Amino acid sequence: MDLFLLEAAINGLLLAGVLALLTLGLNLIFGVIDVVWIAYADLVMCGMYAVYWLFAVFGWPLPLAFAVSVVGVALLGGLVHLLIIAPILGSPPINQLLATGGLLYFLQSFATLLFTTDFRNIGVRLPVIEIGGIYVSYSRLLAFGVALTGAIALYVFLKRTYVGTAIRAIAQDREIIGLMGVDQRRVYLMTSGIGGALAGLGACLLALQYDVHPFIGNTFGPLIFMICVLGGLGNMIGGFIAAFIISQIIAIGGYYFSTELSYVLAFILFILLMFIRPQGIIGR
Amino acid sequence: MNERRIAALVGLAVLLALPFVTPAYFLHLLIQVLLWGFIYTAWSLMGRFGLVSLGHGAFMGIGAYVPAQLWNYFDVTPWVGIPLGIVLSALLGLIIGYPCFRLRVVGHYFALVTLALGQVVLLSIVAARDITGGSLGMTPRSIGHSWYALQFPDKIYFYAIALLVWLLGLFVWRWIDRGIGREALEAISDDEEAAAAIGIDVTREKLRVTIVSAALTALGGALFGQYLMYLNPDTVSGIGVSLQIVFAAIAGGMYTMLGPTVGALLTIALTEGLRVWFGANFVGAANTIYGILLILFVIFMPRGILGWLEVARRPGASAPAPAK
Repeated sequence: MDLFLLEAAINGLLLAGVLALLTLGLNLIFGVIDVVWIAYADLVMCGMYAVYWLFAVFGWPLPLAFAVSVVGVALLGGLVHLLIIAPILGSPPINQLLATGGLLYFLQSFATLLFTTDFRNIGVRLPVIEIGGIYVSYSRLLAFGVALTGAIALYVFLKRTYVGTAIRAIAQDREIIGLMGVDQRRVYLMTSGIGGALAGLGACLLALQYDVHPFIGNTFGPLIFMICVLGGLGNMIGGFIAAFIISQIIAIGGYYFSTELSYVLAFILFILLMFIRPQGIIGR
Repeated sequence: MNERRIAALVGLAVLLALPFVTPAYFLHLLIQVLLWGFIYTAWSLMGRFGLVSLGHGAFMGIGAYVPAQLWNYFDVTPWVGIPLGIVLSALLGLIIGYPCFRLRVVGHYFALVTLALGQVVLLSIVAARDITGGSLGMTPRSIGHSWYALQFPDKIYFYAIALLVWLLGLFVWRWIDRGIGREALEAISDDEEAAAAIGIDVTREKLRVTIVSAALTALGGALFGQYLMYLNPDTVSGIGVSLQIVFAAIAGGMYTMLGPTVGALLTIALTEGLRVWFGANFVGAANTIYGILLILFVIFMPRGILGWLEVARRPGASAPAPAK
């Protein structure tokens, strides 16, 4: 087997980790609140700017910058829910989608206004590891590890804690949950906060690998939706599998053709799968 | 009814007289208002029936790039290139629309499929950078004043063209509004199952309006390319444009015939106003305000300005009844 192809496949695998993490966050919001946050990837952009400013400009230590960014984006997620989603919970789903579309517009333009369209890098260069002729960047390996840990932590939280159980219960039946003495509004707010925190964590991992600019959300935002829908809405394991499939298409397609064409391939596959299996690849 | 006809005639007379009294800068803005108003109207043909497309940039992009490429590389006149772009765009609408409607891909699933479609076209244009210039954009070869090449340095020609297509857009709106199709589509957007049960061919009705919308959007994109003489994948295709279309149509009111045009007027007035006010170094100010307004509109005024005015004028009217 071609060594470069193998390298592309491994890098795809590592990319899948971060994508899977972000998909988890989006999926959680999708499954529990039943709202499509079109602007989810732009929350990630906010987190990346937070990391950039705290670490590269103000000179905070990196772990502290990471922690503050995660908390910041979590708060932002809660705020988005309170200000935008909560007032229109009863509206048709498409209106909710459009409202977060407005948020996307707002966040991207506001970032342009504040930070201009310059590409900024936090300037951390982690070493590249060589294993038998295959080069793998340490930052990707780290991102993969952290993403996996984050996903497992979320799983344990959902399975083992009271709030987690309430969240899962709401995803199953939002009508009956009120009768069980669960405050729906609080659970929604918590879920949005957790979704935000996952976006913040994703932002930290992406900041290590990519430059941040106001429109970075556009590059992987549509990808996350696709993965989320492919995996089946609210289906976390499906989302995980879909993340690996899509990132392999992108990595190997990028190896054979070009990056853009590999994305085109992935989007076409998404459209086709929506027709064949709208319930997701491992849906019922 | 008569009153309405007189108002329409007066409005048309004003529009015909305007280019002779306004300075070139305002003429430029007017052309943009009319062309965007046309594209927003085309989008609303679908949007008003619950077919919210987040991928109209795809149709606009094809409409703009096909004639420009043919002109630059094969010397094919836009008179052939533009209809070809329109046909291709309508075909794309058919290819995406048919399975979507057949398999009941609705609501936000439909929105996500169209979003992906927009990305496919955008990224294909960028990927074919050897001939399209990629994200740097491209310029159609300029040969000065020419009917053959549909290039007019004098803005008044484009004003006339823009006015014509805008009227065409309103005419199509009227045509769908008056025909049996509207009632079928309204029934479908209320309750698809029920509409199918009473014998409405859901797929056919939706497909018709989708193809018309795609074709008109492509025409709008083509004329933009011819007018501005510069194409960029991000300004004629992609999420940004697609969302701009959605926003303006909602802001103006997608349930009313003139709503999308009011949306165009509003957004362009806002952009230009802010540019004059803050200067060009405040890039993004206009879009920041768009974003906030879009959120506010969806929350407080989902029927748009004109829709809201209509309801306010007739307080007894039932809310979901379409205007006019």
